[in-house]
Amino acid sequence: MKDTDIKRLLYTHLLCIFSIILSIFIPSLFLENFSVLETHLTWLCICSVFVTAINLILYLVVKPNTPSKRSSLSYKVTRFLKCCIYFLLSCFFFHIIFVLYGAPLIELVLETFSFAVILSTFTTVPCLCLLGPNIKAWLRVFSRNGVTSIWENSLQITTISSFLGTWFGAFPIPLDWERPWQVWPISCTLGATLGYVAGLIISPLWIYWNRKQLTYKNN
Amino acid sequence: MRLGSGSFAACCVVVEVLGLAVFLRGFFPAPVRSTSSSEHRAEAPVPEPAAGASSNWTKLPPPLFSKVVIVLIDALRDDFVFGSKGVKFMPYTSYLVEKGAAHSFVAEAKPPTVTMPRIKALMTGSLPGFVDVVRNLNSPALLEDSVLRQAKAAGKRIIFYGDETWVKLFPKHFVEYDGTTSFFVSDYTEVDNNVTRHLDKVLKRGDWDVLILHYLGLDHIGHVFGPSSPLIGHKLSEMDGILTRIHTSLLSEERKALSPSLLVLCGDHGMSETGSHGASSLEEVNTPLILISSSFERKPGDIRQPKHVQQTDLAVTLAVGLGLPIPKNSVGSLLFPVIEGKPMREQLRFLHLNSVQLSKLLQESVPSYEKEPGFEQFKVSERLHRNWIKLYLEENSSAALLNLGVKLRRQYLDAIRTLSLSLSRQVAQYDIYSMVVGTVVVLEVLALLLLSIPQALSNKAELEVPLLSPMFSLLFYLMFLVLSAIHVIVCTSTESSCYFCSLSWLTAAGVMVLISALLCAVVSALSEMFVDGKLQRKNTGPSNSRWSELDLLILLGTMGHVLSLGASSFIEEEHQTWYFLTSTLCLALCHEIYRNCFLGNCCEPGLGGAVVALQDEDAGKVHKSHTPLDSLRGSEKWMALASPWVILTCCRLLRSLNQTGVQWAHRPDLGHWLTRGIVEARFVYIFILGILFTGARDLLKSQVAAANPKCKAVGLWEMYSGLALLAALLLRPHNLPVLVLSLLIQTLMTSFIWKPLGHDAAEVTVMHYWFGQAFFYFQGNSNSISTVDVSVGFVGLDSYMEIPAVLLTAFATYAGPVLWAIHLVNFLSSETCRGPAMSHACFCYALVCSFPVSVYIILVTSLRYHLFIWSVFSPKLLYEGMHLLITAAVCLFFTAMDQTGTRSRISS
Repeated sequence: MKDTDIKRLLYTHLLCIFSIILSIFIPSLFLENFSVLETHLTWLCICSVFVTAINLILYLVVKPNTPSKRSSLSYKVTRFLKCCIYFLLSCFFFHIIFVLYGAPLIELVLETFSFAVILSTFTTVPCLCLLGPNIKAWLRVFSRNGVTSIWENSLQITTISSFLGTWFGAFPIPLDWERPWQVWPISCTLGATLGYVAGLIISPLWIYWNRKQLTYKNN
Repeated sequence: MRLGSGSFAACCVVVEVLGLAVFLRGFFPAPVRSTSSSEHRAEAPVPEPAAGASSNWTKLPPPLFSKVVIVLIDALRDDFVFGSKGVKFMPYTSYLVEKGAAHSFVAEAKPPTVTMPRIKALMTGSLPGFVDVVRNLNSPALLEDSVLRQAKAAGKRIIFYGDETWVKLFPKHFVEYDGTTSFFVSDYTEVDNNVTRHLDKVLKRGDWDVLILHYLGLDHIGHVFGPSSPLIGHKLSEMDGILTRIHTSLLSEERKALSPSLLVLCGDHGMSETGSHGASSLEEVNTPLILISSSFERKPGDIRQPKHVQQTDLAVTLAVGLGLPIPKNSVGSLLFPVIEGKPMREQLRFLHLNSVQLSKLLQESVPSYEKEPGFEQFKVSERLHRNWIKLYLEENSSAALLNLGVKLRRQYLDAIRTLSLSLSRQVAQYDIYSMVVGTVVVLEVLALLLLSIPQALSNKAELEVPLLSPMFSLLFYLMFLVLSAIHVIVCTSTESSCYFCSLSWLTAAGVMVLISALLCAVVSALSEMFVDGKLQRKNTGPSNSRWSELDLLILLGTMGHVLSLGASSFIEEEHQTWYFLTSTLCLALCHEIYRNCFLGNCCEPGLGGAVVALQDEDAGKVHKSHTPLDSLRGSEKWMALASPWVILTCCRLLRSLNQTGVQWAHRPDLGHWLTRGIVEARFVYIFILGILFTGARDLLKSQVAAANPKCKAVGLWEMYSGLALLAALLLRPHNLPVLVLSLLIQTLMTSFIWKPLGHDAAEVTVMHYWFGQAFFYFQGNSNSISTVDVSVGFVGLDSYMEIPAVLLTAFATYAGPVLWAIHLVNFLSSETCRGPAMSHACFCYALVCSFPVSVYIILVTSLRYHLFIWSVFSPKLLYEGMHLLITAAVCLFFTAMDQTGTRSRISS
């Protein structure tokens, strides 16, 4: 039971990584002059669309959590709308945090906001897929000992590693190398992406290694 | 001997300050300079030596050249001109070198081979030390005597095109200038075209006396592509073309004016095999120096290898060539070939002027100058010169006179060479021995601090300092003997002067004793810890106290900051590091508060089953220990939830108040200047003194009477508010928000975060330290010397008074860290229930401050030939030294407070 779960987890994660790789290569077939660094904003949009799509598809196909009892259409619609609102809120929230961290307030607003969007794609979208618009569940998952399944565990790991990637991504900005990727917010978005990918790879492995120690009460 | 950890830490920091002082003395050797350099009176030129008979040639000799053009090509290595590359790409120049009327030399540059000090060396003839930069804090302008200063004083018109550094060094010296910036290293064409575009106009106009061109392109190519790139060849050809243009135009001008002109081609430093510079390898040190003038005679078929000379020789040669007095601090010797064609009397006159200037400098910088061989030689030659003049005036037979003159000339040249050598040895290089001694002391102290962490942070907060045992151990005596032997060997063998050797033997022995005692203490602490560790492992097994995220962040942040000091950009932008860390700290605190607040409530009954995962048993403990937030009432809880965001917003506002650093310094900030009244300032001084006095009185009372802890708290509070008020007076008006928001953040932190969450003293200390550092930069400080606000020294004072000015400046610069440290004392003493909190805090503060310093001096030693050693690393070193001094003062204050605390605790 458990090993099959971990395998499913691994495959879904590999699909996510694949979608990110696709977002780098597919647009160059249709768009001229596309490159990750030069047309960074375009890439950010495409990447976040791809990742969101694949997350939604996987959520619908794999169905990691137990289906809720209420399945009326109106309930689903309100749930979906709530999710959208949460996503937007998280984008604004991240934007504010970036500004507090020192991002320029007025210039480069679009860049900062698309950075917030991509970071929410990596963190908020999986949370919304898995936990739904349920703040208490979120708080439970992200407190120290609150996870109840390997899905939530991997969610925790990928989210934290995305944040860490973003955090470390800010390091090269003050260096005087004058490389194109040091421009705000490219190094941070790249850091976030790398962190997300690393989280996707690490979490199945980590769960696999620690499968003896991990016991989830509700499972 | 048992010591409280607070006093132990204070002692350690004091010793560390001593070590750092020795290190700094070795790192910044005192430059040779004439003591009268501050005032630039026009001294009467030295007359020709004369014995009895009247030689009334007291004026300076007339200029040899009417016009001088200096073409300085940045990073021009000697083999670019004299080697195969020169033959291939610089045909005109090599033709001049081989056959034309030119003298060519290989000029040796002294490290650091960086542009700014090299320009100074070329123009002043002295070997500049970093201390110069500190001496004139106010402006980057060169205050020393230089050829350009003399030329301007003599009414020469100087035109400059090229590197901006010149304009900063010599403001108002040029009648016309256009500075190019070396900021964009990847640009190697525009930067030179911006110089060359003026050339035609200027050469045609001819209303100038000195023209200086500084080309940066070659250096940029070297940095980006290295010395073997094909671009180097193109650039050299371009430079050759420019030289040809200048030379032909000068020649045509000469035909009209009938007076010779001088064209100087030189490099400021070379280029290593990787294309960088700054160190002392042969490729970086050797630069070509070519003097071209039609007055130079050249016998056909006379092929000479370029002679090795010093870069500092150019200044005196230029001064002589332009008929100016020689710069006072010049240690260079006249390039003799330049005056070779002149009559014997003039030659001797020039050599005499040079040797008089050098011997004067020697008299001022070396106490025992009479024993120097160069000085004796100079005296002998001067006497001979006197006789020669006498003979000359009596018009003896010319052949004998000439022979005597040739002999005398050789004598003079020898004397000048010896004088110049012994002068430049004074400055020499880094004084490695003193640096090593200082580093050893600092590192031993750091090791001692690190090793005593477990003991010092235990509940007792006391530790056993093995002071007596090393005194009688074999290791101690062996160490002492070995060190003394090394000292004797080093001091007798080194050629360059060494500060540590010039100390008296008693002091040196004292330092040796200190070093070996510290080493023994470290070893005994190490062995003790080893034994203890073994015992503990047997007794308890692995300890299961887990680190919280906050502890991890604090540890990693401190380590990361220290590591970042190895990169020059991170030093320039250190404020960004601190802002980043404090923002992260706020978010982490925010996370902690939210978790406590929400999970503390909601996890109780309903979701209780859902909690728990990893097989850790500390879950229960976590939840129990987190009830304190519940003690806050409704509105206060909301305040607690909001406070991290308020603090973050405050920090963001403050950050845009003063833009510091380098890369983003041009962003607009809200700073502006207002003047302050003197009388009002004095009133405020009186009030502050009153408050500080009552504070000190209360503290003393509590110390003596040891009765009333309230008295001490009041005293501390008065000290704190007095200092805050002083800061308010001293800071520039637009910086007052920094102070206000700092006080606000302190209040918020105290009442809503630290008290309710019950962080321990160590965590609180490190947080205080971080915020103190962030506020240091919020005030507008940076790691470059230029941001020190010297005007603070004049607040409330009519004229400049050194001691108050220095104290006020130091306080105003470090107002942020000091205020936060005092707040820490205040906060901890108000929490009377915690026993050893104060000494824990003192220990942590000492550790957290001395760690960066110790690592930094190692970094700086290993990077001493870095390109930015002068511009970035050295100022930071000075800041770190100053910070350590302040830390020592703070730690002593802590210890004093702690003593009173323990005494009052015991008595009550």
